[in-house]
Amino acid sequence: MTTLTPILSKHWDADRSWSMATYQANGGYTALRTALGTDPADLITQIKDSGLRGRGGAGFPTGMKWGFLPAPDGGPRYLVVNADESEPGTCKDIPLMMATPHQLVEGVIITAYAIGCHHAFIYLRGEVVHVYRRLLQAVQEAYDAGLLGSDVGGSGFQLDVTVHAGAGAYICGEETALLDSLEGRRGQPRLKPPFPAVEGLYARPTVVNNVESIASVPQIVGRGADWFKEMGTERSTGFGLFSLSGHVQHPGQYEAPLGITLRELLEMAGGIREGHELKFWTPGGSSTPLFTAEHLDVPLDYESVAKAGSMLGTRALQIFDDSVCVVRAITRWAEFYKHESCGKCTPCREGTSWLVQVLQRIESGRGSAEDLDTLLDVCDNILGRAFCALGDGATSTITSGITQFRAEFEAHLNGAGCPFDPAAATLFDSRRVTDAAGTVGA
Amino acid sequence: MTTTTPAKGATSGALVPEVTFTIDDVEVSVPKGTLVIRAAEQIGIQIPRFCDHPLLKPAGACRQCLVEVATPDREGNLRAMPKPQASCTLEATPGMVVKTQRTSAVADKAQHGVMELLLINHPLDCPTCDKGGECPLQNQAMSNGRGTSRFVDVKRTYPKPLAISTAILLDRERCILCQRCTRFSNEIAGDQFIDLQLRGARQQIGTFDPAVLGFDGAGTASLFAGADGDGQPLTRAGGMPERDVLSGPAGPAETDTSGRPFASYFSGNTVQICPVGALTGASYRFRSRPFDLSSTPVIAEHDANGSAIRVDHRRGTVMRRLAGDDPVVNEEWITDKDRFAFTWQSAPDRLTTPLVRGEDGELREASWAEALTVAAEGLTTALDGSGVGVLPGGRLTLEDAYAYSKLARVALRTNDIDHRARPHSAEEESFLGHAVAGHGIDVTFADLERASGVLLVGYEPEDEGGVVFLRLRKGTLAGRTRVFSVAPFASRGLERLGATLLSAAPGTEPEVLDAITGRADGDLGAAAEALSGGLVLVGERLATVPGGLSAALRLAQRIGARLAWVPRRVGERAGIEAGTMPALLPGGRPVTDNAARVDLAAAWGVERLPATRGRDLSGILSAAAGGGLDALVVGGLDPADLPDPDLALRALDAAFVVSLEVRASAVTERADVVLPVAPPAEKPGTYLTWEGRPRPFPQALTSTALADQRVLHALAGRLGVDLGLGTLAATHAELDQLGGWDGARTPAPHAVYPEPPAPGAGQAVLATWHLLLDAGRCQDGEAFLAGTAPRPVARVGAELAARLGVTDGDQVTVSTEHGAITLPAVVTAMPDGVVWIPVNSPGSAVRPTLRVDAGAVVQVAAARPATDGDDA
Repeated sequence: MTTLTPILSKHWDADRSWSMATYQANGGYTALRTALGTDPADLITQIKDSGLRGRGGAGFPTGMKWGFLPAPDGGPRYLVVNADESEPGTCKDIPLMMATPHQLVEGVIITAYAIGCHHAFIYLRGEVVHVYRRLLQAVQEAYDAGLLGSDVGGSGFQLDVTVHAGAGAYICGEETALLDSLEGRRGQPRLKPPFPAVEGLYARPTVVNNVESIASVPQIVGRGADWFKEMGTERSTGFGLFSLSGHVQHPGQYEAPLGITLRELLEMAGGIREGHELKFWTPGGSSTPLFTAEHLDVPLDYESVAKAGSMLGTRALQIFDDSVCVVRAITRWAEFYKHESCGKCTPCREGTSWLVQVLQRIESGRGSAEDLDTLLDVCDNILGRAFCALGDGATSTITSGITQFRAEFEAHLNGAGCPFDPAAATLFDSRRVTDAAGTVGA
Repeated sequence: MTTTTPAKGATSGALVPEVTFTIDDVEVSVPKGTLVIRAAEQIGIQIPRFCDHPLLKPAGACRQCLVEVATPDREGNLRAMPKPQASCTLEATPGMVVKTQRTSAVADKAQHGVMELLLINHPLDCPTCDKGGECPLQNQAMSNGRGTSRFVDVKRTYPKPLAISTAILLDRERCILCQRCTRFSNEIAGDQFIDLQLRGARQQIGTFDPAVLGFDGAGTASLFAGADGDGQPLTRAGGMPERDVLSGPAGPAETDTSGRPFASYFSGNTVQICPVGALTGASYRFRSRPFDLSSTPVIAEHDANGSAIRVDHRRGTVMRRLAGDDPVVNEEWITDKDRFAFTWQSAPDRLTTPLVRGEDGELREASWAEALTVAAEGLTTALDGSGVGVLPGGRLTLEDAYAYSKLARVALRTNDIDHRARPHSAEEESFLGHAVAGHGIDVTFADLERASGVLLVGYEPEDEGGVVFLRLRKGTLAGRTRVFSVAPFASRGLERLGATLLSAAPGTEPEVLDAITGRADGDLGAAAEALSGGLVLVGERLATVPGGLSAALRLAQRIGARLAWVPRRVGERAGIEAGTMPALLPGGRPVTDNAARVDLAAAWGVERLPATRGRDLSGILSAAAGGGLDALVVGGLDPADLPDPDLALRALDAAFVVSLEVRASAVTERADVVLPVAPPAEKPGTYLTWEGRPRPFPQALTSTALADQRVLHALAGRLGVDLGLGTLAATHAELDQLGGWDGARTPAPHAVYPEPPAPGAGQAVLATWHLLLDAGRCQDGEAFLAGTAPRPVARVGAELAARLGVTDGDQVTVSTEHGAITLPAVVTAMPDGVVWIPVNSPGSAVRPTLRVDAGAVVQVAAARPATDGDDA
């Protein structure tokens, strides 16, 4: 039985957990002192040795990413933290920054020091104004404490941090679109190569990392790569935040070693909603193919999830019980991708809007059997044909949903409509569901 | 010590290494860096594409060109890439194996899939769409698409068409968002008059139209309602967007004459590269189908760049013009003037029959025989009197100019000939004879984008050059070229070149040129460094600056730069080479050089040629006005363009005038004999670019109109002289035989520059030049184009504006004793005491109104606010 490993989330419930004082009282910024006394190259080696893989979804080894930066040429190089957490179901970075922003700030300073960056940026999803304020405050506290600025911690290292709030576009979580947006341009993904490591922000070498990845860095520096590697599996080392949401008794963040199973997590979370059975779930957010009860024992590490046909993604475990219509859930996700498609490439722009039209037709009972084949074929024409991975993500739940729940789709066809009661799936009192006239039921 | 010089023709620099790989099992070797889609073209494999354009940076947006790719890993084992790759963004690498739709089911399905997605929201209006029949989407949907669509849902629609400018219309539902237009605007022209807006399925090209963007309180979108039968845009009552015409605010954010934000001088290129019918030209919209058109590749007549264009005509009427593809000159881009301004050639005032002024003083139609006889009699009388002057104008082909040159010397026995229908000087004449005539091709378009530094003097490359600007911008964007300009202010064009302004009030240019030395500090020193081995481009306007051209020659020699003279009009260089100048004979032969005259007389089979240098244009006009010349032979010129239009009219009134013109003009009104000549579309010929590059073109339209050369040949015949220029072939044979001149050239000018004028209170020094789109006669009849011209303004410096008490948009009056011009002010960073207005824009006809030119001291005042009933 795997046990939880509260590390990043350990002090989330401390009094004024977001303050510098609380953070330092709980051992914060000690790793920074260690880091500033270490050769930057050794820090990169340490992160490489730890096996830390990007926590933003793709799972690319963080240390290797840092190592891709070309040798210093005297010009600027940048660290950009991707805090544009916007995927349906994904909700780990925002609570982390909300509760303990200094973990991220400390990670930023250590990382910047390791890669020779003197100006780091945190690109935050713009809607979360409360987190924006916390981050700004934390950065100000770090400046006031001499941990940012011209002489970080008395080491002579110079670093400025800019917190930037995006304007609310899912595409800006794609690292090159994020960079364009940060530069003040329209957020659309860039052609690669050149990769950000070579020509990123302002066409200079740039490392783009996820919040959780950077927040994990002080832990690794403070406690060692071996400590980190003891957790998790051989190729998916360490711990991560598992975000359980949906029809589970106790939704929330469960910090555990990679390789834990949903069965274990569900036990800790008090199981599925009373009186219901697990129907399907996403292992890593709405861009990952659906799992069902069959997959309860799949270890939640990169390799095992991939082997089982999905992706670990951001460990956003959205749990759906038997009250949920899979057609309805998939249609809502598809609507999200249609709304958020940046429009740059044909497959994602045109494909997502077509998929939504077909799905809405099916959901309302106006679909035909050919529509299911059309959906699958259109998904096939988007997957791997789009400019960036976001187009691929739009197809994941549709393809896997039709494959695994074809009968349920077919039950909607030819005038039948949806056999489910949407109100039954709500987690709040179903009598409070707003009816079409906009009045709230008694 | 020995030095080695690479043999001529030897390739300098390292060769680009070759990459060998296979496409559809065909091995192909291409230079490293070649994109797969280009390599495929080389072996005849057409991969469908939309966003790809060879002159734009790769985008990878449309995803139509997907192919299957495998590359060898480190051990040499071929590994397939997991996804199909866009061949328009993928560089070929050694050993790569590419499978296109011809050999890969995956690539074929991917292409069919993308095509289906492109078509789901595309309207099926091909039968009425301008692009239908020449549409890449239509064609590739047939070659690489499904026969039937599975899409049964609701198509995306928009109100249409959106008026981007008066000349460019956008049908958004046809757009496939390939971004060629926005990439052209951004990467080539530097005018971001359109851009992407909104996102996802609602993403669209547009201007910043608040109504389209859904702002609260925004009015209706700028929709275009159509045009009247005569091509005039419908008035606002008929649906044109509500805009202030020639009123409303003026300011640094420029507006065009229709009141919209200024778009671009190059906007028509977006219509041509649009792979669907989304962007259309207002003047051509719904006028014809491409398959009904006959096409003739010709050369544009509007400027000295000689851009390659294609004239599309139907039953003897030109319907549109498109850019030709000419890598050495204009690449694939032309100005909107070259594209849209062609109706002047078939304007209602077109002359079709010879006219002779009768006893009653009125012009009447006459036969060619009669008209030529009357003309010859008049000229003969003048020859027996005080002689004939010849003013060919600056828009001629080499053949026509040569005919004028030979007619003057052989039949009219004079050197009183000058094609410069613009301000000119004796210094300029020496300069042209010394540094331009007979020099062949030296500085080229390609040099413009390769030079380390380019200095512009008296020359605005966008307004007075068009595609020269694009070449310079290409060089500056690539980081190769740094542009400097000696000018009173940094124009919008200079800003887009990232040019360094070497600020000079009119008249002070020679001082600034002399100050560019390696010892100088700041920008002057930087200019000297960048220009070593670079280029100095001088414009025709420098003739108005005493000492300017002399200083430019000194500078080029001092810092080791090559010098090129870039005039505006297409016929300038041909005139110089043909010797339509008072001291120049064909091929750069100086009139005053005995050997040159003997050489030419021998070639022409005449005993002798007039030996004294002739009078220049101003001299000819003065003489004619004062009785010193009895007759004038006048080609295509507008008296309003001349340095002193009033003198010109007096001269034309006084002399016996034989006019060779396409359209009735102010010269026609005063002519005694009018001989109609062919417009460019109705004759073959050869233009010379500013480089000296011959640009031969065929006759586009069937016509009985005669080129000037043939008319002059006939006229000479009536004077008893066989010019031998009855046909193009005869002219070419004679030009070939004549060859160049290897004798002495005209010596370089060494004009000193006087003290620059010092304006007193209420005065300023006038700066002025032509805008590309203005009130010129060759833009007549094209209302859609005229609407896109920048709105005429008066530019004043901050100090002068403060003294006048004006701010942006206030009316300023510039006047001389002869007249006044009132325009809205735009406060611009420029030397104090200088005012700039356009030479010949609506409401700003500088020469006829003020009768002065750049460098003159004029009165400047804030205009009295107009009140109702005030007819001042």
